[in-house]
Amino acid sequence: MIDRVTRNTIDYRPFEPPLPPGRARALPWGSVLGASALTAVIPVVASLPLMPPLGLIMLLTWRLLARFALRPWAAAPLGLFDDLVSGQPLGSAVLLWSICFIAIDLIEQRLVFRDFWQDWLIASGAIAFCLAIGRWIALPIGAHVDTVLLAQIMVSVMLFPLSARLVAWIDRKRGPAQ
Amino acid sequence: MAPARDRRTGFSRRRQYSTFLGYVLAVAGAVVGAVLLVVSTFNPPAFSALRMGVASLTTPVATGLDVVTDAVLSVPRAIGTWFRVHGENADLRAEVKRTRAILTTARTVAYDNRRLRALLAVRERTPEPVVTARLVGSTASSGRRFALLNAGRLQDVLPGMPVRGPSGLVGRVLETGPIAARVLLVTDPESLVPVRRTRDGMPAIAAGRGDGRVDIRSVNATNVRFAKGDMFVTSGTGGLYAPGVPVAQVERAGADSVVAIPFAAPDALDFALVERPFMPLPPSPPPRPAAP
Repeated sequence: MIDRVTRNTIDYRPFEPPLPPGRARALPWGSVLGASALTAVIPVVASLPLMPPLGLIMLLTWRLLARFALRPWAAAPLGLFDDLVSGQPLGSAVLLWSICFIAIDLIEQRLVFRDFWQDWLIASGAIAFCLAIGRWIALPIGAHVDTVLLAQIMVSVMLFPLSARLVAWIDRKRGPAQ
Repeated sequence: MAPARDRRTGFSRRRQYSTFLGYVLAVAGAVVGAVLLVVSTFNPPAFSALRMGVASLTTPVATGLDVVTDAVLSVPRAIGTWFRVHGENADLRAEVKRTRAILTTARTVAYDNRRLRALLAVRERTPEPVVTARLVGSTASSGRRFALLNAGRLQDVLPGMPVRGPSGLVGRVLETGPIAARVLLVTDPESLVPVRRTRDGMPAIAAGRGDGRVDIRSVNATNVRFAKGDMFVTSGTGGLYAPGVPVAQVERAGADSVVAIPFAAPDALDFALVERPFMPLPPSPPPRPAAP
């Protein structure tokens, strides 16, 4: 895969050793954890929940673009960390992210050839599902956040292509899947 | 994208088992998540030690970013102030002239107040500040409105302490870690603050809406009219918040339940003041000695 991508470019270095397998495997984990933590450290005291869930977007991108980068069970521990920093009740991301992984596996069995648009569609569905159910879990029904929730879903869906470029770049640097 | 071939595990027992185990673990993860969710729904403070442990790592980073952002933003602000300094000077002089008379009246009233209170022998408690700290972050991706305070148990911040800014009430401390605390803002959908109207002392409840504003609901009367611009301050009921801290101002006139805008903008705050609970719960009585 790496040969096809970079052989014709000027910075093709055929003898450059790839990352050691341990580090190559840790990179996807690190990037998802980093995205989750980034949501928590941005120095803004927001009065509206408009920030896209960066950890979730990163996780979905890794799952859809580089299937074997994360184990099938990786969603639960990564979700646990996201719950610890995101303010949602502990366990909501563990549950919702795991359900997303299982659902993507089921979709993958039926839709074997996918292109980017279908990936984007699947990710949009997963993001909308996680945010909507997360709102239902965390907040009383009477809270006035539904318009903002729609805006948040839109922003998050629009962020997926950007995240896809980032993940593709990391994946290329990482070398072939081990 | 080409289909994933990895699903075919071949004849290797090891690969077959590890693939199967991966899926078992994935489903187990979802089940564990459901259990954790039930536990934290029925007992919200259950995992606060874990949460605040992580917050103690993220808070220093958030504080650093906050300082950097502040420094960057102060440059345009300083330039703007420099250009406006003459106009501002004139405005301030005019305002001093306008308010001098009111200040004199206020001093007299304050003196009278003190004297009369002393005559009545009212026991007044003044809220004691614990620490001034910064709100450095928040849960911007979740619907809950929590802010991160960069002071914790080492600075004597404890759960239940009210947090206020110079212009009004910010919220109260929910969980504390060693150097970080999580503040429940008044705009959180699960926050309730007992308030009264400044005009006539009518009691009401300020309940967060989740969209940066609060709902003011009347408590013990029906068909209460709220006028636009009515101001509400904490009433001191419940003993948590000191009475007289500004909370919110009514946005539009209405009856029984209206939308109000909080006075304190947590994001514009330089420093938040953490105070002791106004009337802390009395210590539990000593166990009664066993009857002889």
